[in-house]
Amino acid sequence: MSRVVRLILLVVLAVLAAAVGWAGFAPIHAETREQAFDIPRGTWARRRAGDLVEILPDHIRLTLGIKDVLLIRNHDDVPQTFGPTIMMPGQSFRLPFERAASYQFVCSAHASGQLTIEVEPEPVMPWAKIHWRVREWWENRKK
Amino acid sequence: MAAQAEEPPAQSQLKAGTLTPVMPAPELKLDGSDGKPLSLANYRGKVVLLAFGFSNCGEVCPVTLFTLASARRKLGDEAAGVQVVYVTVDPQRDDAAQMRKFLGSFDATFVGGVGTMAQIEAAEKSYGISVSRKVYADGSYTIGHSSSIYIIDRAGGLRAVMPYGHPVDDFVHDLKILLRG
Repeated sequence: MSRVVRLILLVVLAVLAAAVGWAGFAPIHAETREQAFDIPRGTWARRRAGDLVEILPDHIRLTLGIKDVLLIRNHDDVPQTFGPTIMMPGQSFRLPFERAASYQFVCSAHASGQLTIEVEPEPVMPWAKIHWRVREWWENRKK
Repeated sequence: MAAQAEEPPAQSQLKAGTLTPVMPAPELKLDGSDGKPLSLANYRGKVVLLAFGFSNCGEVCPVTLFTLASARRKLGDEAAGVQVVYVTVDPQRDDAAQMRKFLGSFDATFVGGVGTMAQIEAAEKSYGISVSRKVYADGSYTIGHSSSIYIIDRAGGLRAVMPYGHPVDDFVHDLKILLRG
């Protein structure tokens, strides 16, 4: 192996190590702790007309300390039931979570009427931070 | 329904889920377990904790009521500013006397809401309460129901909703904010 190739390998390894070190040890910052979803105007009317419109995913994942507040905004013309409450038109419901667990909610904005919210513990250990960052990057990349 | 201020102070500090803008809590037209007509307007100036359940409930309701009674005890003198209202979802079996006996075993100040099936269904609908009845082979039944606690501020606004399962200290935390706010 030539000296140049070894040097390139060394640089690549150093960059990789720095990236892994950053991913594992740097604090995770989020602009907001709220994960927001909007129920658009006309959702009820569209569903009444037989359109299986999906506003919210079946499954929402939140992470304590980073994204641990669910915010649902009802822009529809009719009240919508989300989990523990009923939201009037123009009203929003902000639900903070402080415990990691799986929560099942009834949700009238969802075609199945059911919504699961998975609240994960805060990633504290380096491996957990790396895992969280990689997964976020992958999921945002798909969007 | 007229909305109150866009977001009242301390709304985001609550541990309960919060509603913005705050709107008046839907009124109840029921009979109270204390023998008087039950109306939320009777409790203006107090923070009302409103929940739905039934006296034959074996799991959820006793936990909820014990939690609310414990929160009142922890509040000490401030508990005088808190009223728990528990509306039955089982009007067939829960009359005023039954609810008074059931609620009294947790806290003598709790007031139950009873009425006809139509009155109860109207109350359930206005709060988005889901109720399902499971009938057993022997004809007996149990009822599954929404188990959140609605928090109504001293002005009668529906401020927040505490999902089932929150510890006593979360209620104490939020009640202190609403009582002092």
